[in-house]
Amino acid sequence: MLTCREVTSKATEYIEGTLPWTTRLQIRLHLMMCWMCRRYLAQLELTTKALRHLAGRDAPTETPTPLREAFRQWTNERRR
Amino acid sequence: MTFTVNQRADARTETPGAGDRELLERLLAGDEAAFETLVATLHGPMLRFVRTFVSRADVAEEVVQETWLTVLRGLQGFEGRSSLKTWIFHILANRARTRATRDARVIPFADLLAADDETADAMLESRFTPDGRWSEPPARWQVETPEALLMRGEVMAQLEAALETLPPAQRIVVTLRDVEGLSSEEVCNVLEISETNQRVLLHRGRTRLRRDLADALGR
Repeated sequence: MLTCREVTSKATEYIEGTLPWTTRLQIRLHLMMCWMCRRYLAQLELTTKALRHLAGRDAPTETPTPLREAFRQWTNERRR
Repeated sequence: MTFTVNQRADARTETPGAGDRELLERLLAGDEAAFETLVATLHGPMLRFVRTFVSRADVAEEVVQETWLTVLRGLQGFEGRSSLKTWIFHILANRARTRATRDARVIPFADLLAADDETADAMLESRFTPDGRWSEPPARWQVETPEALLMRGEVMAQLEAALETLPPAQRIVVTLRDVEGLSSEEVCNVLEISETNQRVLLHRGRTRLRRDLADALGR
């Protein structure tokens, strides 16, 4: 039987699906019986989902002039 | 309580989709608005990425602009084996690496990786009894869904601040994986690190961020 400490230390590998099936099974059994580790893993997962919402937090960047010119030049070169 | 953690996190990874193909066609057709949209969405995250290696803002801006020029040169040959975003980050990381070899102001990722020696377990160690059981169980959070969490602007701001204060190697991996949505394989390719290194950094970073959220949300 895995301890809670062991389950939390393997939490990321468990979520990532990279553990051997035996360890996976051991963790599942542990989770069925341990609300504390269930809560811990759910919180870890919630943390990663919240992070996804930080994408796009930067204000849109206006294209710097040299890049806009480079794009025009690139387009023209291919049209020749 | 339903438990949904056991699906592979990779399922939500961005794969090259119809959006990428359409964007690519517009770019190749010389659509300036399409290019501006791409720069508008990615320039900020790219700059953020490079600033981890380069403290000087002007050098970082230079690396990102060079990257865009390389992107334009390679765009016709882009095969769509990864998402456009991953491909661009790959080029960016290469440019940062090249730059690091001749510019002392640029720190190679390998150095950041080597400096990252804290263990995630140590962060939690005090919460377990000697025989490995929780001595102080994780407290219930005030919110339990991403939607409810999003409504808490001040907590999201704390999460963002916590992300910024992660050790650099952890911050980069967590940002690419969890914020930008790259797969573990893509992150390994971009950063040229092993799968194990990637996972360890991800584990440390996520463990810390969960703890920071617990400080804000535990009751």
